[in-house]
Amino acid sequence: MKVIRREILGETLDTRIIRLDVLSPDIAREAKPGQFIALMVKEEGERIPLTIVDRDQVKGTITLIFQEAGLTTRLLGGLNKDDLLYSVAGPLGHPTEINNFGKVILVGGGVGIAELYPVAKAMKEAGNYIVTILGARTKDLLLLENELKTVSDQLHITTDDGSYERKGFTTCVLAELLKKDKFALAYAVGPIPMMRRVCAVTKDFNLKTIVSLNALMVDATGMCGCCRVEVDGKTQFSCVDGPEFEGHKVDWDGLVKRNSVYLEQEKHSCNLYK
Amino acid sequence: MRKEPIEVKEREAKDRISGFEEVVLGYSEKEALGEASRCIQCKNPICISGCPVGIDIKKFIYEITQKKYDQAYFTIREKNNFPAICGRICPAEYQCRKACVFTKKDSPFASKEAINIHFLERFIGDYGMKNNLSVPLARCTGGKYIKVAVVGSGPAGLCCSGELGRRGIKVTVFEGLHKLGGVLRYGIPPFRLPRDILDFEIDYLKKLGVEFMPNCIVGKTKTLAGLFKEGFKEIFLGLGAGIPSFLGIKGENLCNVYSANEFLTRVNLMQAYSFPRFHTPVNIGRHVVVIGGGNTAMDAARVALRLQKMKGLTPDTTILYRRSEVEMPARRLEIEHAKEEGINFKLLVKPEEFYGDEKGFVQRLRSLECKLGEPDDSGRRRPVPVEGSDFDIKCDLAIIAIGLKANQILTSVTPELKVDKYLDVVVNPDTMETSLKGVFAGGDIVGGEGTVIEAMGMAKKASEAMLEYCSM
Repeated sequence: MKVIRREILGETLDTRIIRLDVLSPDIAREAKPGQFIALMVKEEGERIPLTIVDRDQVKGTITLIFQEAGLTTRLLGGLNKDDLLYSVAGPLGHPTEINNFGKVILVGGGVGIAELYPVAKAMKEAGNYIVTILGARTKDLLLLENELKTVSDQLHITTDDGSYERKGFTTCVLAELLKKDKFALAYAVGPIPMMRRVCAVTKDFNLKTIVSLNALMVDATGMCGCCRVEVDGKTQFSCVDGPEFEGHKVDWDGLVKRNSVYLEQEKHSCNLYK
Repeated sequence: MRKEPIEVKEREAKDRISGFEEVVLGYSEKEALGEASRCIQCKNPICISGCPVGIDIKKFIYEITQKKYDQAYFTIREKNNFPAICGRICPAEYQCRKACVFTKKDSPFASKEAINIHFLERFIGDYGMKNNLSVPLARCTGGKYIKVAVVGSGPAGLCCSGELGRRGIKVTVFEGLHKLGGVLRYGIPPFRLPRDILDFEIDYLKKLGVEFMPNCIVGKTKTLAGLFKEGFKEIFLGLGAGIPSFLGIKGENLCNVYSANEFLTRVNLMQAYSFPRFHTPVNIGRHVVVIGGGNTAMDAARVALRLQKMKGLTPDTTILYRRSEVEMPARRLEIEHAKEEGINFKLLVKPEEFYGDEKGFVQRLRSLECKLGEPDDSGRRRPVPVEGSDFDIKCDLAIIAIGLKANQILTSVTPELKVDKYLDVVVNPDTMETSLKGVFAGGDIVGGEGTVIEAMGMAKKASEAMLEYCSM
């Protein structure tokens, strides 16, 4: 659980995106695309889920990429090479269903781009034609452009502020592409509003869309039910039933509300830490 | 002439609800001697038949009367590695005390006159701790070097590793969470089981040579096949029940509707009561309802009441249960403690639907009144909702404590492991061996939710079979 490598991938005045490679041979051996870990930075810390972006079975490491947002991600961002994490457990959740579907369209937003990468790579290896759309707030927060270029047949990039490539949202590009071409599957990961908008667009085209949900979790092994979300009218646990679900069936309103339960405490903790 | 039972000292209700200090203070030596002297040393001590691990109750109580506390400690330890834990949390009134000759015939649980066996066990357990008697009875000595894996560090896993460890087997315990103890850590609050006692009993296993691997989820981090490949000769599964059940009613996913597991895990394991020093938050409401009638419901309600008090709110926590008090599966002592602390009990109530505000936070619970009908499969009278009796209960935080289902993390990736229709692991009841050769199981993953000591009973049985298996 030692940090082997630390790299700042993106930085603006108010936030940073950081990559950590963590030594964890058992997890590196078992990890599959779409799975995540639960980690604690220190004994007093929270347990938070983070997607496994990559693994190196030879070195026995897993790669985590996260944006500093709440207290835990800031503490994590403060770790240096050779520091130890208090706890890392995984790989958790169901892996992404990887098949040769044909033409697959992938949409990643913000730090979700990091989570998209292992899926894109595996989908490409399975023989799919990959069209990828990446969206970032601004150029300095755009992640893994080269990595995704190598595993995509087409790559489209948008920035909210127009500082790089096309100005606007991923969904504008998505709608254009869906009008022009037929796809077998869509996959989206990023902030909830983005995934939700992606689903609204793909629904009009009757295109099955898989999303990776970022519900709040505690143990992340099915024990607590904190991460429950309604999918197709049924209660599901994101940690053991997900984290991926069919986006058109997700109760997004419920998810947004449940994810806001501790906003006040989070603000309080962050202020104390400053 | 029959002597009156010696009551145990407890922290005053008004003091104890301001924190998480232990409620029951235990017997002094004098009190223990007084209580032990009430035991009539039956020729046929049927109390022993009520103990899932078969402690020689008659003998250890006799040893107390002779002030041979060391011997009493070893007498218990022969059958139970964790007297300080079991003396605190065993539902003795359904087990040894119910079997005690002083319990009135046909009583659903122990009579008040039954010997307070659990308090005596606790006295001896604590005596052993204070006097450092928990030196290993035997250490891994000579013989064949055999490696055994234990999955889960809850009551079953701890018991199994203790039994095997003291017979010289090299045991490694794999635990999914970052801390050891399973439900003893995340479920049972410190005011019932102080953490230093849990840590002490786990340390004893470490002294025995048992190795612990936290953060390892068998089924995810490692597979059973992987463990065998690593050289483990046998595996014991003490996975626990795991998945919390919900009511399946509308509004159940509103904000501030918790499973008891989540609420208790946040508080007990993640120490949310020390927020923000500990970073995991938990919410508390002005009007809390807890749904259920078991020990977990009592624990959740008593934790909620303490959090209300600690936050400066007027305590207002209500337990809703669909049957009446006598059918409640909780320990009688916990029910009494909950009442003393000011928990309200609303019995014969069936929840129908939660309603929330525009932000999605729960506000009230619509419920129906119930009557008791004919007994059901469990032998308890079935609650029958009264039509048209619906009424609203104000609640801004709800905790659902209606039981657990099997966690499938391991069984779903191990199809060779036979499960029943409840997805519990199927075992040979004589040996606790599963459908997989060399894999044994016990605790809640076998036959659903039970008590800590029942889990230990199963683990003990399994450990005997495992010893036999590895000597073959």
